[in-house]
Amino acid sequence: METTRRDFFKIAAVGGAAATVFGFDLKPAYAQLKELKIARATETRSTCPYCAVGCGVLIYTLGDRAKNVTPQVIHVEGDPDHPTNRGTLCPKGSSLEQDMLNSRRLIKPQVRRPGGTDWEDISWDDALNEIARWTKKTRDENFVEKDAAGQTVNRCEGISFIGGCTDTNEFNYLVVKAMRSLGLVYLENQARV
Amino acid sequence: MTNGWIDIKNTDMMLVMGGNPAENHPCGFKWAMEAKRNRNAKLISVDPRFTRTSATADLFCQIRAGTDIAFLGGLIRYAIENSRIARDYLINYTNAAFIVKDGFKLPEDGLYSGFDSAAGTYDKSTWNYEQGGDMSGKAAEAAAHANAAHANPPAPPLLPTNVAYDLTLEHPRCVFQLLRRQYSRYTPETVERITGIPKDQLLKAYEMFTSVRKDGEMKKAATIIYAVGWTQHTFGTQIIRTAAMIQLLLGNMGRAGGGVNALRGHSNIQGATDMAGLYDSLPGYLKTPLPTDTDLATYLKRVTPTASKPNQWDSFNYYSNTPKFFVSLLKSLYGDAATKQNNFAYDYLPKVDRDYSWTHIWDDMYHGKVKGMMAFGMNGVMIGPDTNKNIEALKRADWLVVGEIYPDETSEFWRAPGISADEQKNIRTTVYRLPCAGFAEKDGSMTNSARWVTWKHAAVPPPGDARLDQDILAQIFLRVRDLYRREGGRFPDPILDVTWAYADASHPSLSQVAMEINGKALADLTDPATGQVIKAGQQLPGFAWLKDDGTTSCGNWIYSGSWTEAGPQIQRRGTEDPSGLGIYPNWSWSWPANRRVLYNRASCDPVGKPWDPDRKQVWWNEGTGKWVGNDVPDFKADSHPKDHMGPFIMLPEGVGRLFAPIGVLADGPFPEHYEPIESPIKNPLHPDQSNNPLVKKFKTPYDKFGTPEEYSIVCTTYRLTEQYHYWTKNNPMNVQLIPEPFVEIPVELADEKGIRGSEMIKVTSARGTYIAKAFVTKRLKPMIIDGKKVYQIGLPIHQGFRGIQEDEGKDARTPANLLTPAVSDPNAHTPESKGFLVKVEKA
Repeated sequence: METTRRDFFKIAAVGGAAATVFGFDLKPAYAQLKELKIARATETRSTCPYCAVGCGVLIYTLGDRAKNVTPQVIHVEGDPDHPTNRGTLCPKGSSLEQDMLNSRRLIKPQVRRPGGTDWEDISWDDALNEIARWTKKTRDENFVEKDAAGQTVNRCEGISFIGGCTDTNEFNYLVVKAMRSLGLVYLENQARV
Repeated sequence: MTNGWIDIKNTDMMLVMGGNPAENHPCGFKWAMEAKRNRNAKLISVDPRFTRTSATADLFCQIRAGTDIAFLGGLIRYAIENSRIARDYLINYTNAAFIVKDGFKLPEDGLYSGFDSAAGTYDKSTWNYEQGGDMSGKAAEAAAHANAAHANPPAPPLLPTNVAYDLTLEHPRCVFQLLRRQYSRYTPETVERITGIPKDQLLKAYEMFTSVRKDGEMKKAATIIYAVGWTQHTFGTQIIRTAAMIQLLLGNMGRAGGGVNALRGHSNIQGATDMAGLYDSLPGYLKTPLPTDTDLATYLKRVTPTASKPNQWDSFNYYSNTPKFFVSLLKSLYGDAATKQNNFAYDYLPKVDRDYSWTHIWDDMYHGKVKGMMAFGMNGVMIGPDTNKNIEALKRADWLVVGEIYPDETSEFWRAPGISADEQKNIRTTVYRLPCAGFAEKDGSMTNSARWVTWKHAAVPPPGDARLDQDILAQIFLRVRDLYRREGGRFPDPILDVTWAYADASHPSLSQVAMEINGKALADLTDPATGQVIKAGQQLPGFAWLKDDGTTSCGNWIYSGSWTEAGPQIQRRGTEDPSGLGIYPNWSWSWPANRRVLYNRASCDPVGKPWDPDRKQVWWNEGTGKWVGNDVPDFKADSHPKDHMGPFIMLPEGVGRLFAPIGVLADGPFPEHYEPIESPIKNPLHPDQSNNPLVKKFKTPYDKFGTPEEYSIVCTTYRLTEQYHYWTKNNPMNVQLIPEPFVEIPVELADEKGIRGSEMIKVTSARGTYIAKAFVTKRLKPMIIDGKKVYQIGLPIHQGFRGIQEDEGKDARTPANLLTPAVSDPNAHTPESKGFLVKVEKA
């Protein structure tokens, strides 16, 4: 079997530990310290969400995957095994850790009421119920069963769904299932523009 | 991409145009550098701006934005005039020899035959091949045949089954001769007038690119690489078609180091296109039904092509399997409710007979037709075009749901700069802003531009009360379904019947969804050829197993094979590359059928031997009677070369289309140069038909267009390495690297206007004013366009009115797309964000 880069680090770390017992060469010790930071971490393989090269990234988190532990991101780097990017990342990919640990993230549902000049907090339940109600009302008021020529069209022209560039294939497929079943025709995506 | 990122290392020649991969796809661009280093490949960069891609180029040509078809048309002319074409490839693998109907007219006056000026559309009946078989060397007979045909009533607009052809390529109406005539007008002198590229530089570029076919040599391969610099025009599709035609003429399609390669801008817009997050398609590029497709059989008859080729040739015509793909999709969507008796619930699908694309959403919302919108990870205000119109449209909507990870401009349209608190009180739109999950918090697959479908794993949970996007979608949908179940309403059937049988319906597992997309057997299936049996309930090994009788389900036929009984192929991590061609057959999975280079049959000569024995992709094995290779053959595995099956198996012709017949494109069988909607000059080819005649303008007060007298400067938008669209402006590191917006302007223009570097300037189009610092540069030089001095400026699009710097009031908070016009390509419906007119003043 081929030795992967990860295995190499593990071997190097073990070797390094042995060396410090018998001498005072600090180099392996530093190497070991650096290794220990990710040695305790969980490595998760992901894909950079930015451009379409699709660079492999490794996300290192602390936490042992137990149900009551929330993993913490401690390091992100390019995946050296990935044939396309081979461990490299661009200035955007290199800042991904800040995208995950970002104080500007939205963390609660909000609503802006008609005529409102600011956001109000709303519970998930209320938000989802209100959105469902809007969806049904708008669909029922704007649904067209037949066109002027009497042909079946079964479409809802009152609602639009627009999807983003980082939505997964599976999410996009669920969008098609849900939105086409509602009769949506104004269905568009970043892929257009 | 027809090829892939790593495959670029196999090339001998790169034309990079309408894209800037060194800055916008840096980790993929390394493969272009590998080709330069290891193969001594040449790189030609054609761009309005001297970019970092240009800095690595062997030749740079500064082009006026929006004149790419003129440049490429001139390249076609040069290749033909200098015999730098792949003749065997052309005759056998393209429709060059096919004879076009009498009555077809080239656009010398800017219009093809059949233009209906009242409707603004074409009657395409003459854009077709002639019926009639082998006409090689029989031009006179063909003329008589055509005259006789005139006496008959007009045939329905279908492709003929036995296409007339002339293998000598000399028939005056054969595609090759029409192509030669079409581009004979694109002389270096004319192309210089249009593009602003001096004649000697043009000839240098043409000579360099076509040098791969010097003296008819076929070993070398050239690639063409592009991005949104080509798509964002009112003729974007036709620019890309010109590139495809060049690659067919030079025999570069299907070959390692060749192809037409769309870089694509984002991590999963390839997948979004595949999954049909677009109004005019269904998953796997199946067409949306029209109202006139009154039942399933009528629809399938319209969309399932019949082979159209010379009788002596063979055509796989793979889309003849469309009914299997479509019925399996309906089974996947509607499960047990889709039965043979009810046409597999065909009526559940909404019928689409007009343009519902991006710019129409905003125009129809402006006019009160679209009353509600859900936007998930899509910042429509920033993307524009014509940001102010989109904001005005949202003011008129009843409700808006935004799913985002950061506060964005779309969710805060009601307090955009310039809207006072008093005015906000008059905006009646209810806006819900739902906190979604970031990329690291979601699993699922994304498809890169090389068509590699790769799974990612979730590393952390969403922060605070944020939820996974798929959960939010499911929870909205299930609540709507519940309302219909309890209260009834208009046509509830599809809502009640759509399958949603995930283990936890309000928290759908994306693995389960991925398996559904791959497809499964609904009854025991047996392959009559091999006797292989797939049991009911098992995952399908690939799309060859799909049936049109309701015994298979498949959410997207091109993804069939991605998650089989052998497990998730999209999670594979095999790092071996036995051929050394960068195929990596065991790393993730690429559609279709794990093929890495599309049309790879064309990498071999007609008898099945690779054009270049050093880069063997696939080949015919006479011993086993099969196509084999390092890549998965994109071909019928047992089709003997002597049967002359065309390598472009998805087309009814089986061969590549230099001429696009009826039903392919809205605006012409060959690309023609049209000026951008706003242009500094009249089209030198036909001043009376300057623009694409099919482009329609909206009629709101926001849809204003500038004249060159008032707005003389050509403006193009672009992206920076350090920022990602409207997202990283929330990231401290990226904001440190690019702290504020700027406008790149030529030194000469700055001198003329008395503007110094880093002074604030106003860029004004007919639609709005953008304010940012001047970045005075030599990377954009003044150009001479049709005898007139023309300046071009460029502006990055990243900053808006919400972001780290924006919130601190450190910039003018003006989105770049408030300048761009809401006009779009009649084929792909992409708006024209490149090459519009502005004026520049000190702020």
